[in-house]
Formats: sequence, structure tokens, C-alpha cells
Amino acid sequence: MATKKRKKKEMFALGNEAVVEGALLAGCTFYAGYPITPSTEIAEVMSARLPLVKDGVFLQMEDEIASMGAIIGSSLAGRKSMTATSGPGFSLMQENLGYACMTEVPLVLVNVMRGGPSTGLPTSPAQGDVQQARWGCHGDHPIIVLSASDVQECLEMTVVAFNFAEKYRTPVILLLDEITAHTREKIVIPDPEDFEIISRVTPAMPPEWYVSYEETMRGVPALPPLGSGYRFHVTGLTHDQNGFPTSKPDEVKALMHRQFRKIDQFFYDIQLVDEVNCDDAEVVVVAYGCVARSAELAVHMARERGVKAGLLKLKTLFPFPKTAVQTLARQCKALVVPEMNMGQISREVKRVNNGLTHVITNNRVDGQIITPSEIFKNIMQA
Amino acid sequence: MPKQHELNRFEIRLSGTGGQGILTLGKIMGQVLAIDHGFHVTQTQSYGPEARGGASRADLVISSHRISYPKPVNLDMLVALSQEACNLYFRNLKPSGFLLVDTSLVTQTPSNIFWGLPFTSLARDKVGVAQATNIVCLGAMSHFLPFMNFNNVKKALAGVLPAKILDVNVKALTLGYNQARKLYPDASEKWTFSSPMTMESEQ
Repeated sequence: MATKKRKKKEMFALGNEAVVEGALLAGCTFYAGYPITPSTEIAEVMSARLPLVKDGVFLQMEDEIASMGAIIGSSLAGRKSMTATSGPGFSLMQENLGYACMTEVPLVLVNVMRGGPSTGLPTSPAQGDVQQARWGCHGDHPIIVLSASDVQECLEMTVVAFNFAEKYRTPVILLLDEITAHTREKIVIPDPEDFEIISRVTPAMPPEWYVSYEETMRGVPALPPLGSGYRFHVTGLTHDQNGFPTSKPDEVKALMHRQFRKIDQFFYDIQLVDEVNCDDAEVVVVAYGCVARSAELAVHMARERGVKAGLLKLKTLFPFPKTAVQTLARQCKALVVPEMNMGQISREVKRVNNGLTHVITNNRVDGQIITPSEIFKNIMQA
Repeated sequence: MPKQHELNRFEIRLSGTGGQGILTLGKIMGQVLAIDHGFHVTQTQSYGPEARGGASRADLVISSHRISYPKPVNLDMLVALSQEACNLYFRNLKPSGFLLVDTSLVTQTPSNIFWGLPFTSLARDKVGVAQATNIVCLGAMSHFLPFMNFNNVKKALAGVLPAKILDVNVKALTLGYNQARKLYPDASEKWTFSSPMTMESEQ
């Protein structure tokens, strides 16, 4: 090595603070939001950091509905934009989230899950918004939902969220939970060259040739910043290739199919999982978020007692990593699915398992994390 | 350089009432241990929806190895700055663990074996600022924990606190450290490290 690698910047940071670091690394220059526990630190740190970034704008909005409106607008104007919220605010964002899906606006929405429904348990963890993230907004739509389980991963998955949003021109939801967001750990801030930073494709043709929702192989239309000379029409109504409302069945079908296809044909790129000790595993724990950390210790404890256990950590929740789960379902005698809800991912696991193996659910909804010993017991009984 | 300790999930709970600076204390300790001492540290917290009052706690897991489960399982050390917290969490303490209490607030300890210093009255009377209670406690902790060096803590304070309140906090830190050293000179030798983890008394 010719050059000695300089020491990377280390930080003792909250999960929420790591999200901000990740967003700034990914090139986020616009944040609009309404603070809510346990996501408040994202807004707080963003408000301090964004004004120092070139062209950075932090806006505190009057509510979550307006926050989504603001980031959709800024994203169409060419900025990488994000917001953060928790359960009650997430519900308010659903209408505009649907608008972003229909108009194919890249944005990142971080939802730090707390106990619900309603105001619920503001300072306690839960994983109750998993299906809301998938199906919360009206209409049939594809969407990408990611999760993170430790502080370094909060940073990394935020970068991934921005990359997916820009690459596939879609809203991306990053689901955290109160424990992941409020755990402090040492993180290493990567150098910008350590990461691939993806930005949206802008049109290469002259403005008069530009067709705003053009059918292409990739299925992802180019998106110029508003005001750059390219004229395009944005509407929540089902639209034709030029972006104007249509109700002709063939045009409606083409739009809907392209929107699904642009995600479906890149499952291999989007469906991220981590496997721990899965190669020879007879019992595999499928977990995500903070529960994946409990599961990791539980797997370790089971291995110490001679039980071949493994962990499949889901980093992408939707589109659900079907292939990874099915591959393991074929090899093991049971899948254990611990989660802090009454079974929102286990229903997906059961769906793709489709009778291949035994699925054991492990649910907890009392505002406490699932402990390693609970999962350990389920592994041993499997 | 302090002696390098091999830690296997050393777990500390700092507990008290909202407003005592428990979370700040946890944050500073975590910062020192993770950044300056190079340990793996996870610091988690638990607090109620109230702005003031209510139970507050910060948990630290300190290890020489990567930490999977971020919350404590069996406490090696419990720091209780209120009677309620002391009663509530004492049962989570390992048999070989140690209890440290604020003797100006905790009058009934569940065991005769404990370390006690009047943090709140020291802060109020000797430092002159009751809000420095947590830093007096931090000073004492840097004596009780052989793997946390007093000078490193002092240096870290300058990094995390605003300049205008730094002097008073350094005073509080030094006071806590000296008081702990005077009262419990051999405390830091009482630890038995890297005991295997058991899952029995998990909460």
C-alpha cells in the first residue's frame, strides 16, 4: 500500500443520529418534518446539520401531512429529500405517500416504531407498523421497506434507502424501532468513496423530446428537476406516458404494470438479508430490527448447547425476501419468527413457506424487547 | 496507560428519577468507554412520557467483544439515585455485582453490602450546584470501575459539555473521585471479571 489509510471518524451516537449521518452522506439536502418521539432526534440533529450543508434546507412543518407534501415537492425539484416520524404521524403521511407512489417521486421516510395503536406507548418499542408500511396507503402499489438493527446499520441502511429511492424512483420506508433509534453505540463514519451513492437518472434528450412517464426496459422514467426546462405534468390521477390523466384500460394497465415491474425485476438487488450460521442450521430464526440482536445472542446460546441454530436477519422487509426464506425453509426443520407485534412478518414467512417447514411464532406486544432467552426457548423446543 | 481489562458483557444500570441527569451520565460514560478506551459499548435508555419526574434509567453493556443483545441481562453494577429505583432494580443485580447508592436519597438499602456516597448533598453543598449530582457520581464511578480512567473522563467532559459549565463540572468530577477514593480505597480490586453469563434472573 502506497498511502497509509487515515483513521476514520468515530462517533458514539444514537441510532437516530446515525440516520442523519447516513442521509447527509447520501446527499440529502432537504428535510421537512414534524417531531415526534421516538424519532425527534432525527429532526433535531437535521435542524443543526442541514443549514451547514450547501443548499441544505430544514423545514419544520405544521403536521405530517404537510411534511410529506413538502418533501414530494422538493424531490421533484431535484433534491434528495427525507422525513422522519413515528406511528401516529406515519398514519397521517399515508395519503401523500400514495401520491408519491403514483407520481413515482423518490423520497425516504423513516418511521421509528413505538407502541400503538394511536398515541399508545410513546417511549416504548414495538414493530406494529410493518404491514402499515407495506399496505398503509390506498391503491395497489409496490413499495420498498427496509429495516436496521444496530446503530452502524442505521447509517448504512439510510444510504441504501436513498440509493433505492433514486434508482427505482420510488418512496422508500426505513422502519426502525425505539430501541434501535435510542441505542448509543460507536459508529465509524465511512468516507464518501467507501459507498456507492446513486442519484436519479435525468433525461439525456432535448426537452422537446422528453416523455415524462416513458415506457422503458428498466421501467424507471428519467426525472428532470422542475424548472430545468423540461416540462412535465404531475398528477395523482392515473396518467398516460405524458403524465396526463387517462382512464383508457390499456394505458392504465401499462402504467400499473410498469410500476410493479420496475421493482419486481430487481428483487435480486433489493432484497437484502444477512445470514448468521445458516449453512448447516436446522432451526433458523427469522428476525429484523432490534429483535434480530436478541436472536443473534439466542442463536449463539443454542450453538453452545450443540443445537444447530442460525439467524436470517431481514434488512429488506418488502418486497419480502422470498428466495432467502424459502431456501432456508427447505433445509431446516423449523423457522422461528420473533417480533414485537402479533405476527406481521410471520404471516409473510408462512405465505412463502407454504408448508415447506414448521413456522413457530414468538410475539410480544407489552412494550418490551423480546429477550434472547425467550427466543432460545423456542429454538430448543423446535 | 491503565491496565487493559478483558470484559465480557459488563453491565451497568444507572437509575433514578427524571431530571437527575441519568441519561447524560450514561451518554458521557458510554462516550469515554467506547471512544477513549476502545470498548464495545451499547447504551440504551428507558424513560416515561413525562417531561419531569417518573422513573429514568440508562443501561450500559461494556464488552471487549462485539455486543449482540444491547440490553443488560444480569447487572454487574447498579447505581441507584432514588429509593424507588434501588428497590425496583436490586433484584436484577448479579450475586457478585455491586450496588452504588446516593446515601442522601436512598436510606434503606436491600443489602448491607453496598457502596454509598451522598452525591446530591455533595453536589449541592460542596459544588454549589445540585444539577452536578450526575457528574459527582461519574467521578466516583471512575474510581469504582478499574477500566474507566479518571483522566480520560476529565478530558471527555471538555468535549461534551459547553465551556461555561465545564469548570464547575470538573470540580464536581474531582470531588466525586476523591470522596470515593477516601471512603473505599480498595473498591476497584473487588471485581471478578468475565464471569460466564447466566440467563436465570433475566427480567
